[in-house]
This record gives sequence, structure tokens and C-alpha cells, in this order.
Amino acid sequence: MSIAHRPPHEIALEREHAHELLRQMLVIRHFEEKAAELYAAGKIRGFLHLYIGEEAVAVGAMAALAPEDAIVATYREHGQALARGIPAAAVMAEMYGKANGCSRGRGGSMHMFDATRRFYGGYAIVAGGLPVAVGLALADRMQGRHRVTACFFGEGAVAEGEFHESVNLAALWRLPVLFLCENNLYAMGTALARSESETDIHLKAQNYRVQSEWVDGMDVLAVEAAVARAAASVRRGDGPYFLELRTFRFRAHSMADPELYRTREEVAEWKKRDPIPTFAARLAADGMLTGAELQALEAEAWREVDWAVDEAERGEWEPVEDLERDVYTPR
Amino acid sequence: MAKTTYREAVRAALREAMRADPRVFLMGEDVGRYGGAFAVSLGLLDEFGPERIRDTPLSESGFLGAGIGAALGGMRPIVEIMTVNFSLLSLDQLVNNAATLRHMSGGQFSVPLVVRMASGGGRSLAAQHSHSFEGWYAHVPGIKVVTPATVADAKGLLLAALTEPDPVVILEHATLYPLEGDDTPDEPMQIGLAAVRRPGQHVTLVTYGGSLPKTLAAADALAKEGIEAEVIDLRTLRPLDIDTVLASVAKTHRAVVVDEMWKTGSFAAEVMAQIMERAFDELDAPVARVCSREVPMPYAKHLEEAALPQAGQIVTAAKGLL
Repeated sequence: MSIAHRPPHEIALEREHAHELLRQMLVIRHFEEKAAELYAAGKIRGFLHLYIGEEAVAVGAMAALAPEDAIVATYREHGQALARGIPAAAVMAEMYGKANGCSRGRGGSMHMFDATRRFYGGYAIVAGGLPVAVGLALADRMQGRHRVTACFFGEGAVAEGEFHESVNLAALWRLPVLFLCENNLYAMGTALARSESETDIHLKAQNYRVQSEWVDGMDVLAVEAAVARAAASVRRGDGPYFLELRTFRFRAHSMADPELYRTREEVAEWKKRDPIPTFAARLAADGMLTGAELQALEAEAWREVDWAVDEAERGEWEPVEDLERDVYTPR
Repeated sequence: MAKTTYREAVRAALREAMRADPRVFLMGEDVGRYGGAFAVSLGLLDEFGPERIRDTPLSESGFLGAGIGAALGGMRPIVEIMTVNFSLLSLDQLVNNAATLRHMSGGQFSVPLVVRMASGGGRSLAAQHSHSFEGWYAHVPGIKVVTPATVADAKGLLLAALTEPDPVVILEHATLYPLEGDDTPDEPMQIGLAAVRRPGQHVTLVTYGGSLPKTLAAADALAKEGIEAEVIDLRTLRPLDIDTVLASVAKTHRAVVVDEMWKTGSFAAEVMAQIMERAFDELDAPVARVCSREVPMPYAKHLEEAALPQAGQIVTAAKGLL
């Protein structure tokens, strides 16, 4: 599919900020490349859903949100976790299943949590996080707090009843929820057009009278600008906002996926719009990034990934005696 | 002293909790203007307004999940699901989210959520409004399951649920709402304790919720034949107070477990298994059970009566052990 040209964003781009966005995308990219390698080596187990190709969505969105805002994410949430500022070591250690992981090894790749950063977790039942996000926003409203609850989910979620129940509730009660639909065109192996009668996802939210638009999810600046605008509207009390972020995952759904359902040509076509080199090229063309600076950012990203792996390797295993800890809250 | 009904006792707990704590609010289908499908919340909208007595669309999964989020966000939500059959639409949120979040987050988040629902048969409402699934809920670690069977418990256990840091599911057997009682507590009771409702030395009858009145009636009938049955009301299914059951079995050496679930995989099966595991040497007879017949609940009154446990069957089962 083609994505229409979007007008240039309205944020005045500072060099330092641009470098930070690029650095974060590089960290996620290399973190995920390393994770794939560690999965093959048996260090990471279970399901592993890589974020490669979608980095601009998490990085752009998090750049536009405030520390007091809440984040609800999905089972493909390494990118969101890292962009939100959860230390790469805590994310990697979680994937190792170590006690120094951000969920003490109880959650793994699909269930990252961090209370201090209001990161309310990865949810692995598709659309299962949406009602929770509605409730977090309800709590803010009832307690008079002007915060945003940002809820990430994939386009596959829109086929679930919980999507419709949640968008309706948020609209009905005018709750401060920012719905961020990452449309990567495939729900596992099912193409959007094979599962939805209406493939223009943002129109579904409009039907619930929610302000709604689509954004080029391969353009970090477009994402940041749209999320900033939407979050400001939500924070003002103008009710929920819905953004459909059009993106693509370059890797398989999970490590178990042989990718029988899409062509190499389609993937290759999307890779031409890779959010990292396109952004780097744009910055270079604007005189905001030198070759040496790009190299330095690359090196910095790899250092962070290497540190994460070292910390994960060094981490302790949760003692088996603590297996039943935290099923209930100690009183 | 004026009599209080079970329904009024639940309402009194809601009112007192909401007066005492601004974080407490009730949401569910028709809890506001309608006054609650079982008239439990009648009048509360006038006192507390539509923000705190919050009518919802028919979106069980959506509003139960919103309850989870509100609890995470510092509120003390009480979610009312109209009947246990409808609660199956919200099982995803309860089982996959509410029950798991504490553990899955490595102890970072707790979900202080109370979910109330009506359950059980006996009202000619056929196969989509009459079932008993409390054992399904009790199967799930991470939540607590409470089945108040008396007017006092209806209030005291709801107040207790609101002091819990984790999700509590309260099943209110719908035939109990008109039940009358004398005393209701002013303070929260404690979740996780069974009660001996009638002392006896010949046989132990273990039950909970809507089967308690039938079991007490059976004990009365047995007494007329000189058989003193000890009736235990479990009150909480998770955590299960098996020690109170075992203490009684150590005295009577015989036990019948009564519940309204279908026999296969009923909660009675769990109680029986724990008696067998922990008190096998005390038993003078195999543990028996009286449960519902294995059919979807029929509408016709005589068929529904035949499907549900009745006092006569409990009497027969008890006598069969002696």
C-alpha cells in the first residue's frame, strides 16, 4: 500500500533532540537484533516478538508524552519499554528471566512492567490492555488529575469486542485516553484485508465520535508531532483521541513464524522506508548529522546493548522458594 | 429490632463504604437509575450521584477491565456484574489481568478491585441466568472468592473485601436477597474463615452460599430422627479454611459436601479431595456430595427443582454414611 505524503511537522527540530530520537531508535534496533541472536543461543525462551521496523512509533510517541502519563502496551513492547526509559539492562534481564528483570523474571518478553515510569505492562491477550487503559483514565478523571493514558495496540485488536467496548466507554465518559493503534498490516499472519471489512482503521474510532487520524508510523517526527497534538487535546479534557500509526514489522511475527503469508517483495518495499536510515538521511541532508556523529550514535547504542547483555548475564535467578511470592499482596 | 434483608445489608455496606472513602465507587449495568437488577443499589444514585454510582453499557469485559485500571489508578472500584452467567463475558479481564498483574509485574502492581455478581438457580430463569461457577473463580490464584450466605456476612464480607489489596469476587446467591436477619456488623469481617452454623457430632455437612438454607433445613430434619449434623458454611472459597472442616470431620468422621455446581468438577470435589488428602484416617465412610444434576438449568419449576440440590437429598446422603 502507499502512504500519502504528510506535511512537514510543526515542531522546530533541535539538533540534540534529533540525535536523541535517532539514538533511541538505534538502541531498539540493535537491542532487538541482539535479542534474536540470544534467542537462537537459547538465552531467551518462550515467545519473542521483535519491534524491528516499528521503532519510530514508540520513540516518537514517548518523546511526546510526559513522565506523569501512563503507558499500556502489548506483547510486542520492548520498543515502548526502552523508549519510556526502562533501563535496557532491566528489559534484557527480564527476557533472560532473571530477578533483576523489570518484572523479576515473572513476565518475560511479553510482560514488562515498571511502576516508577508508570509503565503498566505488556498485555498478551490482543485488546486486553484497552479496558485497563480506560480504567486508568477513569481514575485520573475521578481524582481530578490532568494526565494522559497512552494505550498501544496492534491493528489486529480492532477485531476484538474489547476494542469496541473500550473506545465506546472512553468516548461516552470523555476519558483522557490516547489510543495508539500500531497498524503493521498483519495480525500474526492474517493480512488486514483478510480480517476487516473496513481497513481504514481510524474510521472505526470516528464512528464512536472519537477524534481520529492516521499518521505515517515510519516517520519519527510525524509520530512525535501527532502524539504531541493528540496528547495536548486529551490533557485539555477534550476526551479520547485515536491515532492510527501506519508501520510495518520487518521481521517475522515471532521467532516461530516462517512468514508464509507475505512476499519478500512486500517486505523489501517497506524496508526502503526503514525509519532509521530515512531519518538519518533526512538529518544529514538538513545539515544536522555528520557521518562521524552517526557513527558515534551507533557505537553508543551498541554499548548500551552490550551493557544490557552483561547485566542480564550477571543477574541472579529468583530463588524457587519465592515461586509463590506476589500472588497476593503482603498485608 | 427491625429485620434487615440480605439485599439491604449489601446496600448498607455499599453506602457506608462510599461515605467513608471517596475512592469507593460502584459501576455496572443498571446500578444507577434502575436501582440495580436486584434492587441492591436502589437509592444510592440520589446520595452519591452518577460519577460514583456509574451506569455502564452492556460491556462486561470493558467495564470490568476499567475497574482493574481504576484500581491501578488509586480508586477502590466495586464492579457489579448482573449475573454469574454474564460474568463469563468478562472472564478475560478477571483471569488474564486482575488475577495475574501482581505476580506478572514482579510485585509492582496490586489490583484492589471488588467484583460482585448474583449467582445460582431456583428462580425459573432457565439456562443462561441460573448457573453456579464459583468453583471456576476459586480455581484461579491471585483472586479471592467470597460467598456470603447470611445477612450479616452480606455486609461484613463486602466491607472486608474493600479492605483487601487484591481482587475479590463476591457471589451473592440470588435467592438470598429477600432473606431476613437481625444483626449486621458495623466493622469488616475477615475473609478466609469458615463458620460452624450448627454444632453436631454425627455427621458434617459442608456448604456455602445459596445451599446453606437447604443444608440447615436438612440438619433440622435429621435432628428429628436423632441425627445431629454439624453444618459448616465455608464463606470464603479461596483462600479455603479447610482446617475448620477437618476439625469437624475429626469429631464426626463423616462428611457430606453440598453445592449447586454441576457434580463433575464441582467445588465440592475440591473439598472432598482435601478431606481425603488430610483426614483419610478420620473417615468412617466415604465423603459424599450433593450437587446439581448435569443438565443446563431447565425452565419448568418441577424440572429445575429436580436439577438443584434439595434438603431431602442431603438428608438421604447423610443417612447413607451412618
